[in-house]
Amino acid sequence: MGFVSAAVAWFADAANWSGPGGIPQRLLEHVLVSGLAMIIALAIVLPLGLWIGHRRRGAAVAVGLAGLGRAVPTLAAIAIVLPITAAYDPQLGFKLYPVVLAMILLAAPPILVNAYTGIVEVDPDLVEAARGMGMTGPQVLGRVELPLALPVVIGGIRSATVQVIATATLGSIFGFGGLGRFLIDGIANHDTGQIFGGVVLVAALALVAEAGLAGLQRVLAPARGG
Amino acid sequence: MDWGWILDHLDDLAFRTAQHLYLTAIALAIGLAISFALALLAVRRRSLYPPIAGLASIVFTIPSLALFAAFVSITGISVWTAEIPLILYTFVMYVRNIVAGFDSVPPEVREAADGMGYGRLARLWRIELPLAVPLIIAGIRVAAVSTIGLVTITGILGDRFGGLGFFIFEGIARGYFATEMLLGAVPSIVLALLVDRALVLLQRRLTPWAHPARPGSAPEPAAA
Repeated sequence: MGFVSAAVAWFADAANWSGPGGIPQRLLEHVLVSGLAMIIALAIVLPLGLWIGHRRRGAAVAVGLAGLGRAVPTLAAIAIVLPITAAYDPQLGFKLYPVVLAMILLAAPPILVNAYTGIVEVDPDLVEAARGMGMTGPQVLGRVELPLALPVVIGGIRSATVQVIATATLGSIFGFGGLGRFLIDGIANHDTGQIFGGVVLVAALALVAEAGLAGLQRVLAPARGG
Repeated sequence: MDWGWILDHLDDLAFRTAQHLYLTAIALAIGLAISFALALLAVRRRSLYPPIAGLASIVFTIPSLALFAAFVSITGISVWTAEIPLILYTFVMYVRNIVAGFDSVPPEVREAADGMGYGRLARLWRIELPLAVPLIIAGIRVAAVSTIGLVTITGILGDRFGGLGFFIFEGIARGYFATEMLLGAVPSIVLALLVDRALVLLQRRLTPWAHPARPGSAPEPAAA
């Protein structure tokens, strides 16, 4: 278990906690990129999935799009976007945009599929009853379908978040900061402590995000649990 | 884009494509064999399913870069440094789909088989397995697409690895040489789509009576 003591020693070294390459800054970079990608993915894909579910039409398109998104290797996505965005903006287009775009592509399929599935699986009798009470389409979606579908919808967001946090480490292959930097530098320097320290940080961040969303799920849909 | 450079490297492209398929095929085959055993265990003893599925999905959340790096310190640089993580990642997709496949066999079919005098093993092999094939192939599709993506990342382990992904790593090392990065990226996407398509056709061949399995029926999205 040499790697455990190596990782402990790495965490104990005060030099790893300060400066531009320190743990706090790498953590912040990682959170910012993951958060930005999730916000953009949610803004685009969540309404689309809910709407397709509500109309109960276009399922083939949703599933096809999700499958296509899943087929694109993240490394390939970054490698394709980088030369394009770098040509427009040598600073952010070089490091930030490709990673964020690739993470949006990664987050979109689970959000889309779960949003759609959650709404479609709502008992049609309830939807019928809501319409019978005179609710309009948006009211049915907002007051009946969405609250009932919420556990499934948030489940998709949870799964997307965990994957984005784990996969944003690939950005470091292309020179982006974030927690992946510790993995790449650790591999280059054969520094076991740094590699496992980085792994622990990524896992901890994923667990914190997962626990936060699980808590949100309990607050928003208390009767049904996680 | 430097088309001349690409034309000069077509034999490299063929070699890396073959390497990509070879690294993917090993992981898919061994992963399927182990997952099949795990899934049968979970189907027989239901209480084992949550821990098996839980462990598999925890492994799935470990960044691949980290897992490949971790195995360097265990196995050195050998083909297993790449293959063991690749195999571990397939479990979550395979096990769930294989278990779902066996669960999809209607109980009355099982009873009919019992009534006809099938033994347990014969029933499993000749009745339940064929009926589970559509969902199992759906699992192979998700695992194949995910593994093709993950193989690109094994390029971090050096020039004996990475398949098409090796071009991406080498392109970065050459000062972000866009042509070479794209020579790795675009064919790896095409490869994933072609393999996925081929598995759909295979499934239709094997189970002409079934509806085509939807990728959406597989629970977990692909990793990276």
